Amino acid sequence: MTDNKLINLVNISKSYGENIVLDELNLYIRENEFLTLLGPSGCGKTTTLRIIGGFENPDKGQVIFEGKDISKLAPNERQLNTVFQKYALFTHMTIAENIAFGLKVKKKSKEYIKDKIKYALKLVNLDGFENRMPDSLSGGQQQRIAIARAIVNEPKVLLLDEPLGALDLKLRQDMQYELIRLKNELGITFIYVTHDQEEALTMSDTVVVMNQGYIQQIGSPEDIYNEPQNAFVADFIGESNILPSIMVEDKLVNILGANFVCVDTGFGVNKPVDVVIRPEDIDLVKPEEGIIKGVVTSLLFKGVHYEMEVKAHGHDWLVHSTDLVPVGNEVGIWVDPFDIQIMHKPESEDEEATQLDI
Amino acid sequence: MVKKFIKKFYVGLILIFLYAPIFILIGLSFNKSKSRAKWGGFTLHWYKELFQNQSIMNALYTTLIIALLSALIATLIGTAASLAISNMKKTPRAILVAITNIPMLNADIVTGISLMLLFVAMRFTLGFSSVLISHITFNIPYVILSVMPKIKQLNPHTYEAALDLGASPIYAFFKVILPDIFPGVLTGFFLAFTMSLDDFVITHFTKGPQINTLSTKIYTEVRKGIKPEIYALSTLMFIAVLLLLILINRRNAEKK
Repeated sequence: MTDNKLINLVNISKSYGENIVLDELNLYIRENEFLTLLGPSGCGKTTTLRIIGGFENPDKGQVIFEGKDISKLAPNERQLNTVFQKYALFTHMTIAENIAFGLKVKKKSKEYIKDKIKYALKLVNLDGFENRMPDSLSGGQQQRIAIARAIVNEPKVLLLDEPLGALDLKLRQDMQYELIRLKNELGITFIYVTHDQEEALTMSDTVVVMNQGYIQQIGSPEDIYNEPQNAFVADFIGESNILPSIMVEDKLVNILGANFVCVDTGFGVNKPVDVVIRPEDIDLVKPEEGIIKGVVTSLLFKGVHYEMEVKAHGHDWLVHSTDLVPVGNEVGIWVDPFDIQIMHKPESEDEEATQLDI
Repeated sequence: MVKKFIKKFYVGLILIFLYAPIFILIGLSFNKSKSRAKWGGFTLHWYKELFQNQSIMNALYTTLIIALLSALIATLIGTAASLAISNMKKTPRAILVAITNIPMLNADIVTGISLMLLFVAMRFTLGFSSVLISHITFNIPYVILSVMPKIKQLNPHTYEAALDLGASPIYAFFKVILPDIFPGVLTGFFLAFTMSLDDFVITHFTKGPQINTLSTKIYTEVRKGIKPEIYALSTLMFIAVLLLLILINRRNAEKK
């Protein structure tokens, strides 16, 4: 990844009738970056991707690609290729013909095309599939052909629209590794759209969390997970306890009536804030050793850990722990200072959606 | 055992009712005697007469030309229309689909008289071209009917994928969309072709005095009294349609 801005989206707005999908969106993508647009359905992530690909025209704003405004160019005039959600293979053509499609349009020589097909199939681990028909392939194989078909055109940027959405869990995890490997081998920029937070955290250099047409947070996967900037991000990325609290002073926060030591400063004195604590960051200790006391109300075995709910100070705390505490037992809750993430409290829902889009 | 027999008997009865008239007709076409009541022995005489009857041969020629041309033109227009309709927003699309369905449900005689009135009002001379235009008109809905479902089955992203890979919209249409909807287009063509072959009422009102298709020709002949050549002609038409049907079914079965 370099600092060179390859794509720059400037003040992009898009609405369908009354429904505003994107509002003054600004975002840049660096060369050789794996950037993921993450958000719930209807958040505008797919629309953003389709605007970059040229399948939708923004009502306002510009798409700058290598310093040139490409907003008005048709999809076939852009140096980008897309991998679609449902593969969109040409069902009446063989695999080889599918992969050759873009090259034939560009009038490449027969030799060149043949070499490219071979190279692409090898890259996606499907050697020898030249004469198969798309229908005879499994979902995962079809998706890999769709990727091969896109990359033989040597695009500078590959757009991927929920490419793993239709695959089962095991295959999806395999394909995640495959995509990371491909990205490293090809050395091109990936823009990836998904609603699956695990996928986003696993593969990306940069995650862009979106909601209701606004960017909520941009950052590395670690930043997004460990330091969510608002309750939406905290709630959407992984499971979390979001607690309305009062910032007593720097490095001290009052959560549900008990004072917790934290590491954040600069929120003012006696200001209402939201606190995020990840369930795996809560330590269950002996009742007298905890900051607050509670009673275990439910217990679920999840394989890697136990998922417990602890009722303490009127709130059900979600706790992930490898140690089992039976239902009904009294426990103490302890949270390390650096595991407490303080966030500004939005005044209204509108502000919640817009506060990061300044 | 008895149940099985009754089942078979019932199916047999249905088939007899359906096909007995046609078999009688076929039988009569080989009857040496001109009488409908008496079997005078086997002959191919009426078939010979038929092929020597210039006016019937002219009518056959007109029928085939009109069926072919009208089916072809209706297929072009209908396919284009289907593509446009399926790209419309929901409400206008529903309205247009309903409008294109009306001509199919409308009584032929109403369509026929309206078309005739339109041609007369526009001082358009009734003849070959007025019949052709009429046939195109009533064929278009059948093409739309068979092409629309195929378009609905299309993955909307295949067209975008083709554009994405650098294809122009026209290239993408011929390389990606058309092959996928082609079975529907072909069905539409054959449907239109048979509809045109079949039609009597609309042709009758829009043809003018100069030309005849087979159906209008048979109608005028019958009014003068049925000649056994007409049995022969009808037999040949039946066999032609039968062969066409077997051909289409074979093709469909192979596809599966």
